[in-house]
Order: sequence, then structure tokens, then C-alpha cells
Amino acid sequence: MSVDEIAILGVGMHPWGKWGRSFVEYGVKAARDAMTDADVAWDDIQFVSGANTVRNGYPGWVSGSTFANALGFQGCQLSSSYAACASGATALSIARAQILAGVCDVALVVGADTTPKGFFAPVAGDRPDDPDWLRFRLVGMTNPAYFGLFARRRMAMYGDTQEDFARVKVKNSRHGVHNPNARYPKEFNLADVENSPVVSDPLRLLEICATSDGGAALVVSSMEYAKAHGHADPVRVSGISTVGPTFPNAIIDMPYLASDSWAAAGDEEHTFKDQIAQRAYDEAGVGPDDLDLAEVYDLSSAYELDWYEHIGLCEPGDAAQLLRSGDTAVGGRIPVNTSGGLGAFGEAIPAQAIAQVCELTWQLRGQAGGRQVEQAAVGLSINYGMFGHGSSVIVKA
Amino acid sequence: MAKIRVPAVEGMFTMQDPPHLIGGRGGSRGSYFFPKDLAGGDPACMAEDEREEVPLSRTGAIWSYTTSSYPPPSPYIVTTEPFEPIVIAAVHLEPENLVVCGQMMPGIVVDDLSVGAAVELRLDTLYEDDEHEYLVWKWDLGTEEAA
Repeated sequence: MSVDEIAILGVGMHPWGKWGRSFVEYGVKAARDAMTDADVAWDDIQFVSGANTVRNGYPGWVSGSTFANALGFQGCQLSSSYAACASGATALSIARAQILAGVCDVALVVGADTTPKGFFAPVAGDRPDDPDWLRFRLVGMTNPAYFGLFARRRMAMYGDTQEDFARVKVKNSRHGVHNPNARYPKEFNLADVENSPVVSDPLRLLEICATSDGGAALVVSSMEYAKAHGHADPVRVSGISTVGPTFPNAIIDMPYLASDSWAAAGDEEHTFKDQIAQRAYDEAGVGPDDLDLAEVYDLSSAYELDWYEHIGLCEPGDAAQLLRSGDTAVGGRIPVNTSGGLGAFGEAIPAQAIAQVCELTWQLRGQAGGRQVEQAAVGLSINYGMFGHGSSVIVKA
Repeated sequence: MAKIRVPAVEGMFTMQDPPHLIGGRGGSRGSYFFPKDLAGGDPACMAEDEREEVPLSRTGAIWSYTTSSYPPPSPYIVTTEPFEPIVIAAVHLEPENLVVCGQMMPGIVVDDLSVGAAVELRLDTLYEDDEHEYLVWKWDLGTEEAA
């Protein structure tokens, strides 16, 4: 299927960190920067698509309204959406649909979060019919415990080593030092990683994504609007995937205590994460070989290797070799997580998928400074939201 | 007086020792589900009758394993001071072809485990109050009986 493109007119971010202020402040800063970058006035925005945060009370559940109110209500249409870590891509997909349907010409997409210290915990209250409550209560399965399961499985199936995982962190930290929005703009070496404490065996503290505050925003429009407003050759959104899994999802995933059963149908290798990018590739009319860079959801160091395989950069089992070859570092054949990734940022849930698109846009415009990928023309982002929300965006220069 | 032994949640496992996980089975394809009614559906069987209750296999092979080396947040109830890392295994049940997570029995450490190792289901205490022991399923390294 081919889907018409929309233009990215402007991008903006509030630096990631543990600032301890309201998420609204981060979102507003990112939105203002995106509108300045786009040279589009707030009064001209026709639609605000907010990506929600569920940890900041009611204002977080109606983020479109919250951000519009903070910027000053000017009467435009609003939407607020939540899809866990995929919320930002969902918010972008809604803006695209509005634009392509002719309901609006230019939209602001914004997500921001303020996070508590430590592990993400389920929503309060006794809820034994909620898988997210059960996994904490009965087993003590934190998010990093799932990352640990996947990492150990790679070691058993493919012969990956803990040093391979540490090398992902080292690589991404070398990218992150060049990113003014990164929370940890610091270069780490193998010894730093190996000397950090185990959180979920075989993964160490420096290999597991922290929880962060941050905000990110995009101004997107129809191609006609872009041309009429001085953007002759904007970066374009060429594909968006928001697919869910197909049954049976044989690889266990957050927040469930069990996989689907593949006794009656399917096979033991089938995982949702192999399906997510395909929809975006199909819409954009490209494949893995066409990519110049990718932003992938490195919730852990080992997880980045899983994504190489899920998005088709290499065959299952070959990701560690791809990493060791240097191909996925800036300067290599297909740089991955040029922003520094979650390893350099930590995770600000509703902002993260939007931040991935910000990075791709800066790269395709040639504005990425010390982490610039030469002549980048096609980029892909991928992440997924717990419970089954896929998210992938392909942008073209 | 002995404390009353109760399941930490109702309906997920039987209380005899050794226990079974309580699964579901349903539809024209006979897909298995765990937990019985909380697991998502098989799209080929959407309009069909409710799931039949079935005991899942008590033995399986470790698919992967890990730890929670820091205390998990509530609603997990931390019972050791200082905190002892929780060792967790995801176990493949062969006939049902599904993978189920659980803690390993106390005293088992990560170095005791390997992918593919045989394990079997046990009951153990998750936490206690003045009158009750709240039980949960845990995995134990396989015995000859299990093999």
C-alpha cells in the first residue's frame, strides 16, 4: 500500500534529565522550539495531537488540551492519545490522518513526561485482573527482568556475550556526547559498564534505560501547505506503522507472565517485534537496504541487537557481528541510535517516539553536528508500547 | 498455631502440593491460555464458547532466566532484609507450547541455571501476615521424577 506523505516543518525538544518540574513546561518548550523551527505561528496551528503521560494526574490524560491551554487556547482541534512507549508515534499517526483527510493543513504533535525515581511501577490499587499488577505482585518482574530474559536468550541461542552488550552502550555513548539534548552526554568504556552493578542478570545498571523527564514536538503539514509557506524541500514522513501483534505472539513480552500458546497455530519464533517495521516499509516503498540510519528502542543494550534483526538489518543471530564490524556506529554502513539512544537519554515515555523523529529529521537536514551521518536520505525509527502497540516511522529527505 | 495457607491470587494455580497452573483451552483449534481467562484470544475462535479449565504441565524446560537484583516496587511485597535477589525463569511447557514465568525456589542462584534445563512446579510462600501464608507457584530444578 502506498500512503501519501506529509511534511515535517519543524522539530523541537526539551533536554532529557531529572529536572523535577512539570511535564507541561517541557512540552511547551519543545512545542515553541518546533514552531520557531517551522516558522509557523501558534495561531496558525489547526490541530494539536498530544501524547499522554499516565503518571502526572488528569492533565497528563488530556495532554492535547493541557499543552494547548498552556500555549494559550486559540480554538483549534485537539486530540490526546496513549499507547505506552508508542504514544508519540500514535499521536503523529493521528495528525497525519487528519492532514491526509483534509481535516487540517498543519498540526502540532507534542509529548512530555515527568517521571518518578526508580523502576516504573503499575498504577496503584489491588487489581488481580491486570497483567501489569500480577507480574509485579506474584513474580517481582520489573521491566529490566524482561530485558534480562531476552539478553540471556541471545547468549544461549546465538553465543552473544556480555561484552557484546556492553559494546552497544559504549557505541551509543560516543554518539550521545554530541547531542545537547541527551541526559548523559558522557563517553563510557567497557570497564565502566562491567563495573556497574547487575540489575537483571546478565544486564548491568549502565545497560538499562533510566526513567527521564523530557519533551519533544513536531510541526507537520500537508505537502501543499509546506510549499505555500516557504518549505520547498522539507523532510517528509513516508511511512508510519502502528500495528498490533498477530496471534500467537510466541515470544513472551511485557507485561505478561506467559507467552501465547503456539500449540494450535504459529511457531515458536513468531514475535510481534518482527512485524512492526514492515508496515512502515510497505507504506514508504523501501526496505532495510535503503536505510541510511535507524533509531531503535534500546531499552537495554542487548535489546538494540534484537532490533537489528527485527527491522531486517541482518539475519537472526547476526546482530552482534554487525555491531562488532562497526557498521552501526556513526561512520559505518548503517548507523543506529545516532542520538545516543535511550542509553544516553533514558526514557520519557510519551516524548520518546517523537524524539526519535526529531533526530531523524536533524540527520536528514544535515543539522546533527558531531554525530552527523553523511548524506543521510532515509531513516527509520522503531519502538513499541507495552501490551502490544507497535510504532515505526520512516522519513525521507 | 499454624498459619492458614491461601493462594496469593485466586484461580491461577491449584493448592495441592505439587500444584498445577490453571490454564484455559478453547475454540475449534484448541489453543491453550494462561491465565485461563486473562490471556488474550485466538482470533480464529473469537465467537466460540468459554474456555475449558485445564491443568498445565507441571514440568518444562528453561527458555531463559534472569534476576530482579533490586527490590521491585509495590505491589511486590519484599520479605527479606537485606533484600535477596529474586531469580526468575521463563519456562517452556512442551505439550501446551507456551512459556510461563515464575520465581525459582529459594536457595537457587543464577549460576545453577541454564537454558534448556528441566524444571518442575512447586508451591512456596510469597509473603505472610499474622494469620496467613500467601502461596504462589515457583519453579524448582528438575528431579528424576520430573525427567
